[in-house]
Amino acid sequence: MFDALQAFLSTFLFEWLAILITLVIQTVVVVLPIMLVVAWLTYAERKVIGFMQVRMGPNRVGPLGLLQPIADALKLMTKEVIFPDQANKYLFIIAPILALAPAVAAWAVIPFADGMVVADVNAGLLYILAVTSIIVYGTIVAGWASNSKYAFLGALRGSAQKISYEIAMGFALVTVLMIAGSMNLTDIVNGQQGGMLNWYLLPLLPMFFVYFISGLAETNRTPFDVIEGEAEIVAGFHVDYSGMTFGVFMLAEYAMMILISFMTAIMFLGGWLSPFEGIPFLETMFSWVPQLGWLAFKVSLLLFIFLWLRATFPRYRYDQLMRLGWKVLIPLTILWVFVVGAMKYFSFGPWFN
Amino acid sequence: MGKFLKHQIKTWGLTELFKGLSVTGKYFFKKKITVRYPEEKTPISPRFRGHHALRRYENGEERCIACKLCEAVCPANAITIESEERDDGSRRTTQYDIDMFKCIYCGFCEEACPVDAIVETRVFEYDFQERGPHIQTKDKLLAFGDKHEEQIAADRAVDAKFR
Repeated sequence: MFDALQAFLSTFLFEWLAILITLVIQTVVVVLPIMLVVAWLTYAERKVIGFMQVRMGPNRVGPLGLLQPIADALKLMTKEVIFPDQANKYLFIIAPILALAPAVAAWAVIPFADGMVVADVNAGLLYILAVTSIIVYGTIVAGWASNSKYAFLGALRGSAQKISYEIAMGFALVTVLMIAGSMNLTDIVNGQQGGMLNWYLLPLLPMFFVYFISGLAETNRTPFDVIEGEAEIVAGFHVDYSGMTFGVFMLAEYAMMILISFMTAIMFLGGWLSPFEGIPFLETMFSWVPQLGWLAFKVSLLLFIFLWLRATFPRYRYDQLMRLGWKVLIPLTILWVFVVGAMKYFSFGPWFN
Repeated sequence: MGKFLKHQIKTWGLTELFKGLSVTGKYFFKKKITVRYPEEKTPISPRFRGHHALRRYENGEERCIACKLCEAVCPANAITIESEERDDGSRRTTQYDIDMFKCIYCGFCEEACPVDAIVETRVFEYDFQERGPHIQTKDKLLAFGDKHEEQIAADRAVDAKFR
């Protein structure tokens, strides 16, 4: 689709200008919907948590409160951005950008449907791992630049937690890599063709849980949100942020949530593949659903689980969190690497042949 | 050994976590108990203690005889009363002020009143945005009582047998 646009533009523009314009349009087409989803994800979060606490959630702005995210955005944008006296102003501004940029950049290799991807990179998995690890700098820089004890403690906890869980996450991805034999996300999804049983969910069930739990820790979602533990350190690394600088941190967190959900859906739940593949009657009944529709369905299910977990679990104590990461998840992932190796050696099931 | 195995299955099967999730999952579909206030309102008791009012008899004569029992009983010292003899020889108030900022809405004034003159109505949706109007004078209280007399009388009638 974009190749045609580029070819059309280069008929009357310089080639480099045509490429540039196409790239900008591609970026906007991917980033804008994500930002909109982020906005309404905050609404969904408040609504879901409200419902689970037998409340209504936001219902004042617009029908069913659907315009609430717009009101929130307007409030954040018109609010004054306060710079603490003792803060390092340059780092203070750079930190939220450092947090948001990787969360957005990672979307370049995410395939939304067969062939619907900005950059079909061979090492897509590696790219995602590399780019998302940069987010930790946003946290550290924010905590350091604020020059506040609370922010500093939050940043310390956050960085240690993220680095620890990244190892478990990486190993979980290694098993996916072993099974798919490719780092290209499109190839990974295509490797799961042929019905629900062929999804990597089944042979990698423990890894599915490990990846999702590590994802929770990566995004600082509730059971692992020691980074901003309200009770102890007020709001952690972003205590001193206000207005849109705080809003950007929010955007980054929710964009990461959606990214993790996309990654889980692509690697374990068959991405854009229909769950009814190979089932005679249902397959034709649901053949009208576009590939993007299935992916969106799976992702929204995972996002709902994110919110559900937040409504259910209390925060982990810090030492327990570290114990879970280092003593439980990492050994489990290493063990499963061997199990997958064995399964591959003996050509086990429909996944290894 | 059996105990150990049971523990391991419980731990690795995340059973406790799923139990917790099922509880919140159930509540997700429960009927919501929120009252959407301006559109929906909860029923109010006839004994509700809201905005004050001074009542009149049916012939239009004000009930208050300036006995100052309410002033004496008021725990917040919110009531100020001055009285004088009227031309017809009866004792009446010249000043009857209630400081709505001091008032704690305990209802003692209503209980103390021998002639049911000062009452607390079920009106609670009012506010004061500056100092001044928060002193409810005799005229204002009487006017308020005239406006809501029907409701006030109905509420007293319902509660009469318990007093």
